[in-house]
Amino acid sequence: MSARAIPDRPVRQAWHAEAVLRLALIAFYAAFLTLFVLYPMLQVFTRSLQDGQGRFVGAANYVRYFATPAIASSITNSLAVATGTTLLTVVLAFVYAYALTRSTMPLPGLFRLVIMLPIFAPSLVQGIAFIYVFGNNGLLTRWTGFNVGIYGFKGIVAAETFYALPHAVLILVAALTAADARLYDAASALGASRVKTFVTVTLPGVKYGVMSACFVVFTLVITDFGVPKVIGGKYSVMATEIYNQVIGQQNFTMGATVSVVLLIPAALAVVIDRLVQRRQYALLTASSVPLRPARNRGRDLGLFVYCTLVAGGIAAIYLVILASSLVTRWPYDFTPTTKHYRFDTVGGYTAVWNSIEAAALAAVIGTVLAFAGAYLVEKCRTAASGPLYVLSVLPVSVPGMVLGLAYIFTFNAPGSPLNALYGTLAILVLSHLVHYFTVPFLTATAALKQMDAEFENVSASLGVPFYRTFWRVTVPLALPQIVALSLYFFLNAMVTLSAAVFLVAPGTELAAVAVLLMDDAGDTAQAAAMSVLIIAIGFAVRLLYALLMRGVTRRTQAWTVATR
Amino acid sequence: MPPAVELVSIAKTFGSVVALADASLTVADGEFVCVLGPSGCGKTTLLRIVAGLERQNAGAVRLRGRDVSRLPPSQRDYGIVFQSYALFPNLTAARNIAYGLETRGWDRARIAARVDELLELVHLPHHRHRYPAQLSGGEQQRVALARALAPSPSLLLLDEPLSALDARVRLALRHEIKSVQRRVSIPTIMVTHDQEEALAMADRIVVMNHGVIEQIGTPHEVYMEPRTLFVARFVGQMNVVPARADARAGWARVGGVALHCREGVTLPEGAALTLAIRPEEVVLGGAGHAAENTLVARVVGLQFLGAFTRLALTLPGDVPVRLDCDVAAGALAVVGAKEGDELALALPASALRVFPAA
Ligand SMILES: Nc1ncnc2c1ncn2[C@@H]1O[C@H](COP(=O)(O)OP(=O)(O)O)[C@@H](O)[C@H]1O
Ligand SMILES: [Mg+2]
Repeated sequence: MSARAIPDRPVRQAWHAEAVLRLALIAFYAAFLTLFVLYPMLQVFTRSLQDGQGRFVGAANYVRYFATPAIASSITNSLAVATGTTLLTVVLAFVYAYALTRSTMPLPGLFRLVIMLPIFAPSLVQGIAFIYVFGNNGLLTRWTGFNVGIYGFKGIVAAETFYALPHAVLILVAALTAADARLYDAASALGASRVKTFVTVTLPGVKYGVMSACFVVFTLVITDFGVPKVIGGKYSVMATEIYNQVIGQQNFTMGATVSVVLLIPAALAVVIDRLVQRRQYALLTASSVPLRPARNRGRDLGLFVYCTLVAGGIAAIYLVILASSLVTRWPYDFTPTTKHYRFDTVGGYTAVWNSIEAAALAAVIGTVLAFAGAYLVEKCRTAASGPLYVLSVLPVSVPGMVLGLAYIFTFNAPGSPLNALYGTLAILVLSHLVHYFTVPFLTATAALKQMDAEFENVSASLGVPFYRTFWRVTVPLALPQIVALSLYFFLNAMVTLSAAVFLVAPGTELAAVAVLLMDDAGDTAQAAAMSVLIIAIGFAVRLLYALLMRGVTRRTQAWTVATR
Repeated sequence: MPPAVELVSIAKTFGSVVALADASLTVADGEFVCVLGPSGCGKTTLLRIVAGLERQNAGAVRLRGRDVSRLPPSQRDYGIVFQSYALFPNLTAARNIAYGLETRGWDRARIAARVDELLELVHLPHHRHRYPAQLSGGEQQRVALARALAPSPSLLLLDEPLSALDARVRLALRHEIKSVQRRVSIPTIMVTHDQEEALAMADRIVVMNHGVIEQIGTPHEVYMEPRTLFVARFVGQMNVVPARADARAGWARVGGVALHCREGVTLPEGAALTLAIRPEEVVLGGAGHAAENTLVARVVGLQFLGAFTRLALTLPGDVPVRLDCDVAAGALAVVGAKEGDELALALPASALRVFPAA
């Protein structure tokens, strides 16, 4: 080493147009995240420490929250519902996923399809369906004269289980598919019994998948608003408590206080899930051999019956919704009619068109922002990369109700220039895309990480500006992921309720919110009809996506398939 | 005319790691310079500082006399080939090569002609419509080279361009790269950890260790006159024998034997030093051969290596000293050495290099 001291900072690079542009883009992205993620969340925190007049009161709101049994019970209720649903869902989903991946039962394609149905509907649809069947005026209740008392804990858990099932099945199918056949060959070569193989090979292999499914379901349920709102009755959970405080009693500070408390379990589950997923990847090696299930009549038959029951339950929910939307007055008058599709009490199809417009805008803008944001964080390394990454993954831990309330505080503050957004469709688009930002951002980051880090350096050496390479190389290479991201944004935006319920205004009604309002008003048939429309639109877009994907695959086939 | 590249006292740290300390180097026009050193010694860092992909903490980079120390990569005018080639997978070979030309406002015909010329240069005229995934590793490498050369840069940078290829392709590509470089007559800096590659390709070699340039010289100089023990051991095969300085200047003692050494370091009597001699410089001689530096050694192993055989020998003494000796196939037949035999050998004073003790 030379005796002369080396300066500990590298020399500055001279300013040039591209560097300025890059910095400007980073600054724009940082401003977006600050304005629509960080600042609104800080508003919730500060409001929870103030009284109704905006005076600082310390932890007084929290003290009142925990000391008022009627409100405090929402914490234990939320935890009870989320825990119960998680256990039930993950067990049901595990057997279902096991049947899909590890058996040779007939019709696996159909079972895969049916289990995904709830993804296309707002969560409250399962609640409405349960009421149609088991409610005070439900089909079964009337036939049998026996009322199971569906309103409350029982109903919430049952409906949430169906709502969360596809998410858990997706994760567990992925985990079970990733198994290495060589381990099973080794186990059978060693003469291990089927039970022993299951305990020593199958379970450890999917351990992280199961944990991940638990956390995802827990988060979904504890932050869900739709199901407890329609079927919870007097059973109050935190998400509905925020709604009651804000909409029912106009008590914004208590709404903020409950929000902050709700953030804790939701955020905790997300963080632990992230840590667990990081481990899961280490289990997969490139040399793994995929497992081909062997035929086994008894097991296959048992699993087939099981899947038929579960899928039948889901199918029944959606058939009930469809049927009730097409008959005059469920369950009294079964004369067919389409009058419920006129939506005369909520002003016709405005909400549907608004929903499509907002979802489409969220899909386009969200995809651009998530992909470009991931590019700026991943490929344009600066001191800001770390903080921007954190802000980009933060939204996943924010429950929708909390985000909605945060946006009220931010965009409906007296005298603030940000108020221009309030009551517009734009704020709904923003809340959709921020609410569902993290998964697309992480997907884009993963896609970018797979690309050679020297692409940008090669272009710079050739004198090609970075934005040209972004457009000519980076985007085409990530096209399959980009298309998938936009679908994710669209489908979620179509069905989300929680943030939107605080932000809709006259003229910007959304379909999912309309379902809730019509159900609240007793127009359950119209609510069902609206649900059917939402699902139909989701299907149509999913189909469009499949066609688009086929086109993308054909285009990219030339360079992804080696023909050496 | 100023040199193609001039590095002046470049220093670079990553946190507490000193990747480069005071590295200076000039590259003349048309010269092929290899930066050689073990993994982690700072070769890539040096190359990336020339390229502007890494910013130095101190020192200056001049290209043809122009100070580019603070300029971004796009304003430095060089072509670069990375270890991974970094070909754009969604573009054909021809589009990859044309990539740097399309932003220069050239018309189509001119770009097409230039692409043809380069495909010709790297001997791939029939691969223009293939995607990178449809090319072999060696072909990808040549496309990457053509892409780097397409805009006629005034400097070519290569970072371990051959390390991802299998041995046979690697040998063929050494010649290919070298001949392309000669034909285009472009000053080139290539980074490698493979000393054979450096010896075969370079006009001059820069040997690096731990962020420090140990020696700069022609392959012959670096091989025959290593300036430090590190260079002696890293480039080619080298026997290293611990010894002590003798009372006579220019002599050293190994065990009880006094050896006459090459001119060089003079140390006080008894001081520890290291003698170095290449296996092919050890001379086998019949017993009783009366020459300087004659020893008797025992054969402890034979390794047949084709054109020659490497004998593993031990010198007698309190601490047995290992010595390798390369013997051509014909010469071995004459000597007829087997394991366990004792052999007389000579260590010519002109080959016995002296370094401070390791
Ligand atoms: N981006 C970086 N961050 C931290 N340390 C680095 C970075 N790049 C290189 N280094 C360190 O600098 C030293 C030299 O690295 P490098 O130039 O890549 O070596 P070589 O190419 O000779 O193998 C190594 O110790 C390496 O770990
Ligand atoms: Mg390197």
